[in-house]
Amino acid sequence: MIFSIIRTALVSLRRDRAALALSFILPVAFFSIFAVIFGGRRDTVPKVSVILVDQDQSEASRQLVKALEGDGSLNVRTKPPAKTKGAEPPADYTAATAEAAVKAGDVSVALIVPRGFGDHPISFGPGENGSAIELLNDASDAIAPQVVAGLLQKAAMTAMPLVMAQQGMNYTGEYIGGFTPEQRKRMDAGLAQLRERQSGTGSAAQNPAASHGGGIIPVKTRSVVGENKNNPMISFYAAAIGVMFLLFTASGAAGALLDEAESGALDRVLSTRVTMTTLLAGKMLYNTMLAFIQLTVMFLWAWAVFKLDFFSHISGFVVMGLSTALAVAAFGILLASLCHTRAQLGAVSTLVILIMSSIGGSMFPRFLMPESMQKAGLFTINAWAIDGFTKVFWRDLPVSALWQQVSVLLAVAIGLFLIARRIARRWEYA
Amino acid sequence: MPLQDGPASSMTSPLDVNSVVKRFGNITAVNGVTLSLRTGECLGLLGPNGAGKSTLIRTIVGRVTPDSGQVTVFGSPAASPAARAALGWVPQELALYPRLTAKENLRAFGRYSGLSGAPLAKAIAWCLHWAALEDRSGELTRNLSGGMKRRLNMAAGLIHKPRVVLMDEPTVGVDPQSRNRIFEMIEVLRSEGTTIIYTTHYMEEAERLCDRVAIVDHGRIIALDTSEALVRNSFGSRNQVIARFDGPPAELAAWVARHAGRLTDSTAEFTIEHPTQIAVLLESASAAGLELVDLSLRRPNLESVFLNLTGRELRD
Repeated sequence: MIFSIIRTALVSLRRDRAALALSFILPVAFFSIFAVIFGGRRDTVPKVSVILVDQDQSEASRQLVKALEGDGSLNVRTKPPAKTKGAEPPADYTAATAEAAVKAGDVSVALIVPRGFGDHPISFGPGENGSAIELLNDASDAIAPQVVAGLLQKAAMTAMPLVMAQQGMNYTGEYIGGFTPEQRKRMDAGLAQLRERQSGTGSAAQNPAASHGGGIIPVKTRSVVGENKNNPMISFYAAAIGVMFLLFTASGAAGALLDEAESGALDRVLSTRVTMTTLLAGKMLYNTMLAFIQLTVMFLWAWAVFKLDFFSHISGFVVMGLSTALAVAAFGILLASLCHTRAQLGAVSTLVILIMSSIGGSMFPRFLMPESMQKAGLFTINAWAIDGFTKVFWRDLPVSALWQQVSVLLAVAIGLFLIARRIARRWEYA
Repeated sequence: MPLQDGPASSMTSPLDVNSVVKRFGNITAVNGVTLSLRTGECLGLLGPNGAGKSTLIRTIVGRVTPDSGQVTVFGSPAASPAARAALGWVPQELALYPRLTAKENLRAFGRYSGLSGAPLAKAIAWCLHWAALEDRSGELTRNLSGGMKRRLNMAAGLIHKPRVVLMDEPTVGVDPQSRNRIFEMIEVLRSEGTTIIYTTHYMEEAERLCDRVAIVDHGRIIALDTSEALVRNSFGSRNQVIARFDGPPAELAAWVARHAGRLTDSTAEFTIEHPTQIAVLLESASAAGLELVDLSLRRPNLESVFLNLTGRELRD
């Protein structure tokens, strides 16, 4: 008897492809995505991009820059990327252009090594950070500044033994009363040996054996984006979670098309003056309206409860909201036209939307992901929408700065709609 | 037995179907159908399930593209805007929006048909009255009874006042009372001069409602005429004797076969030229040891015609 029950259930499952996909494909796909993002392979750990501006150009600052450039965990940029291939290389970053780049979201961290840094590169107490390195950061990325600050100290300790030794001698002379001629001679010989070793091996950071005793580089950290925000991640999550649920809503709403096909209402509608193009366009506009209202409710809630600065960003919100809503609406129409039953739509949309949302940054920020995964995220609606909303609410950028995100989302909307229209021909005539 | 009208009517005919063929894979659903409707008539398409009636209707309404042949509505090709405006389709399925009220459904289909404003309001009022749904107009469609849904389904197909109405088995699954109400609705249309095609597999409906009946089998029209003419052409002045016997099944079967009858369970059916032949049959049955339980004499009907033409029952 029990065997018969099991057998019946198994046969039913085997014939329900939607349930099979949800049972086996979705968990495996999800596991793989999380494994790639957070899992084992060392070469997939994301590098932190940092802009470095050396205003000092002293021996100490050059050694520090060289050490940071040699660090495998950092992707150090001293000049902006060339706009076109073969063009003249652009000028080095300045403090101002570096700050602008952080504000624009090109990188999360910039380091400014100020003039006079080489005179007092090491700080042992308060009041000595007049020439402190300035760390400019984007507060939405809580991890990158920590990583850079830590690596900066590591670089100081490993790459600047000569500077540190000289500084130590200076402090000794200043506070203890100087060295005897014999001591001074031995110290100079030691420093010469150290200088020789450093010039022979290049960056000491690449040679752990060259590590010397500790010291602390004075660093002043300043958030250049989001310093005045009440809650740094609210706008990110409003957009991230919003887009994910928009996708679900859009595919569910577009599923009405399947209900109508099943009940015969679609046939009847198409026997009137309504054409398939008109019908799909109507459904898409309805889905767009629904998605936009859903986003508005979400952001208004964030404003009311989490103090998101909604009303001073209203134009950016409308532009991004409508572009996103159009793209997700077209996505829903495409899924509905691809599927033959509601059950199939439910399974396919769950599978696709969860994968898109995890890669596209709706579940965790894309800057935490390996570079390859960040690039893969660009194939999702989520990533472009979240980037756009972040520009509006986090970086306070004007509407004109959204052209890239808006163009991509509109192109996606048009492309998906045209594909859906082509597939929907199956409903037009038998 | 005329299978199509003469060419004189083709120019003004509300509907002309000319040598239409439609195949789905290896199955030929419609196999060279030709027919022409006269203004104001009700033509019945009578045939068993799977005979090709619905495919023919969907071809006329432009939802199925024929492999060959043409359909014209008042001279315009099927699926053209003029043909769509002239045709009203009542599909076999309840093609309605279940979460909309009766009135909202009518409004939606009215708008899809190009109506708006006062003409739309008038059309909705007419439809609700015609379908006797005025007091339920604000009810969600999914909450209506089966018969009411059927009537609303019909009304939605007529919201734009079409000149030709195609009804695909509008009485499927309704109780006798609701069926009578539907018949009354169709009588109203007929009295207003609407041209109707009515598909059914109930010969009583075809006999009651239709001026002419086309008998459809395996995608072909095998006979087309008035009910009386179809019966007359198949049976002439002959009648049918229906007799139920008690006796050994094997002997009963052999006896029925000897008298060129047809046996279904224990009921035998014979076609006779004169009522006097009944006495001969009964004597023979008695001699064969069969005991008569029940006997009736009836005029052949459309079901008899179908049986006579195809060798099968309408509801097989």
